[in-house]
Amino acid sequence: MIKGGFKGNLLRVNLTTKEVKSEALNEEWAQKYLGGRGYGTRLLLEEIDPKVDPLSEENKVIFATGPLDGTLAPSSGRTMVITKGPLNGAIACSNAGGHFGPALKHAGYDMIVVEGKSAEPVYIWINKGKVEIRSAKEIWGKLADESDELIRGQTHPLAETMTIGPAGEKLSRISSVMFNGHRASGRTGVGAAVGSKNLKGIAVRGNEDTTVADPEAFMKAIYKARDILSKDAFAGQGAAMLGTAMLVNVINGVGAFPTHNAQDAYFPEANKISGETLREKNLIRNEGCAECPIACGRVTVVKSGPYKGSIGGGPEYESVWSFGAMCGVSDLDAVISANHLCDKYGIDTISMGSTVACAMELYEKGYMPKEDAPFELRFGSGEAMLKAVELACKQEGDFGKLLAQGSYRLAEHYGHPELSMSAKKQEFPAYDPRAIKGMGLEYATSNRGACHVRGYGTAVEVLGDADQYAYEGKAAIIKTLQDLTAALDSSGICLFTTFGLSANELAEMVSTATGFSIDAQEFMKIGERIWNIEKLFNLKAGFTRKDDTLPPRILSEPIKTGPSKGHVEDLGKMLDEYYQLRGWNKDSVPTDEKLKALEVQILK
Amino acid sequence: MKVLMLDQAKCTGCRACEYACSFEHTGKFNPLDSRIKVNEFWEDLTFVPSVCLQCERAYCEEVCPTSALTKNPETGVVELNKEKCIGCKQCIVACPWGSIKLDHTGKEVIKCDNCGGDPACIKVCYPGALSYEEVEDITNVKVQETATRLKEIAKDLVKGGA
Repeated sequence: MIKGGFKGNLLRVNLTTKEVKSEALNEEWAQKYLGGRGYGTRLLLEEIDPKVDPLSEENKVIFATGPLDGTLAPSSGRTMVITKGPLNGAIACSNAGGHFGPALKHAGYDMIVVEGKSAEPVYIWINKGKVEIRSAKEIWGKLADESDELIRGQTHPLAETMTIGPAGEKLSRISSVMFNGHRASGRTGVGAAVGSKNLKGIAVRGNEDTTVADPEAFMKAIYKARDILSKDAFAGQGAAMLGTAMLVNVINGVGAFPTHNAQDAYFPEANKISGETLREKNLIRNEGCAECPIACGRVTVVKSGPYKGSIGGGPEYESVWSFGAMCGVSDLDAVISANHLCDKYGIDTISMGSTVACAMELYEKGYMPKEDAPFELRFGSGEAMLKAVELACKQEGDFGKLLAQGSYRLAEHYGHPELSMSAKKQEFPAYDPRAIKGMGLEYATSNRGACHVRGYGTAVEVLGDADQYAYEGKAAIIKTLQDLTAALDSSGICLFTTFGLSANELAEMVSTATGFSIDAQEFMKIGERIWNIEKLFNLKAGFTRKDDTLPPRILSEPIKTGPSKGHVEDLGKMLDEYYQLRGWNKDSVPTDEKLKALEVQILK
Repeated sequence: MKVLMLDQAKCTGCRACEYACSFEHTGKFNPLDSRIKVNEFWEDLTFVPSVCLQCERAYCEEVCPTSALTKNPETGVVELNKEKCIGCKQCIVACPWGSIKLDHTGKEVIKCDNCGGDPACIKVCYPGALSYEEVEDITNVKVQETATRLKEIAKDLVKGGA
């Protein structure tokens, strides 16, 4: 019996048949997987064949909240988008902040399962439990933020929205889903999964309460958590003051800041694109997602020069890096403009910047015919970087269309897939695995493809006590962080809370909200269970051990300059140990004993 | 006497104040039951909190036919006596700010009571957009911020004159 946290209802919308129905949440699943990422993955495993084409009618897209969404728990505005990922065909779960998740709870639902495919563009309007599928013919083609405004105009000014931009409509495999017009579920190409269903957006508004099982204990737990966070050096001080871009100087300072398509890992001009410079020159104000005491979000404007007037959310640390150092660009105004443009078109900034960097290397090395690019595509040119981003966003010409499919497909097209800085075809973010060893293991083993938010090793390896260059102990650190993050992603709050909070505090919040008896150990077990069912999804989709790897450059080309000069990454040292710790065999397949211990053996 | 002070420039739009307010008054989380509201202008990415200003000449009090609303001379709070309220909604019509409202059921009038002197919204406002201050100090923060900016100009002026 669900006592709190959850609303207990799931909304199913079939866009082929236009059938809409409300279903009771499966309580056993809620106990075993919580909400969000865990529950969504379990449901997807049940309902689709992992082999289906991600852009086909058979794929489903799940928008899921966790039991802490819609409460006063810190940073509890996450909405998870779970689907088979268009970028690589692996299990995808991409999440964003904002206010959509809590609004969905207030409307009476824990999650929405979108099935089938509409013949015409539509959007879904969920108003106090009532659901309509409305024509989006006049909104199709509009930018994500314009769509947000138009949909609110047609529904309710205070509705919270999910929209896709033109990139998702045109099935870019690096397209994102935008919430409130400016908060991105950026990774894995979830925008294309939504676009393939002819779904332009969802608006939601509700008037119901969200309740928790033990209000008094819950409030005690969350005030404790908020207090810890406010005192944390990163979450309470640094990120609040400088945004996530505070990391630019920190990560570059330890020689782990990939530059020029990871040909190096140190950027001498880093300070020109740092969080400090961003604050001084471009910041208008800080923005916080629902109930967030950190408020790492930035609202920025370009004040002068050719990009004058560009205004929007971000850029995050990763975007500063991808459009900046990765492309050799030190012009912060160009970086910010590229970020704003990507948000409007609904495209992933990490993959986009990295794809442009890959194109620059292909161009400079003469691996692509120079006439394929409509301009000189040289490292260091902010103008060229921005032009390339614009081409990809608008999918102009063959080259623009190619760029919009990500670096792997681009590099493969020109016969040099090794120049794509990706794992499982997804571009890795702003931490060089040669310099932060555990991050390499994290990228390689991440179920959704290279990614930094499936267990943020950097928190321990750079911001914490571990030695960034050591291999020993890293497999255990990464496994622990992966499990912790999987459970956290299923609770509805933001990964950044883990800078201050441990499994103890997280379990306390979740158990007092739901009434489930979950202590720190059980919380970690939930996370491990989720990690394993994601792995089972991928195995069924055809992924094997050979996919758990990194670009050859990372494994063989030493870093040229900076504090981490001379380092390469040796994944082999950590990978076998990691599989062993996971209770998987050498081919990365979970053993029967492990699955039995996690009570998921039926899913094999 | 203390009053709730709002600073739009510092609001990050997280709405934690709404949840804290709702919980304080109902034990549940529902922004519609919050006495404080964060207004969001997504097109400009701007956030403006609003709450009852406890007017000196309170129209809600003047228009209330049953004297359910009365201004407490000691605390300055316009207090709502639920027992006397007949739900006629005249106070809502009369309020120039939209700061007195109906709860999520659409039946019960609710308004800010400063939580009896210990506002819950303040406790969760980490950016400091909300504060609870003595009336005498109410404008001091803003005056000082302006003065700090003027000080820099003044320093330059001195340099120029010397």
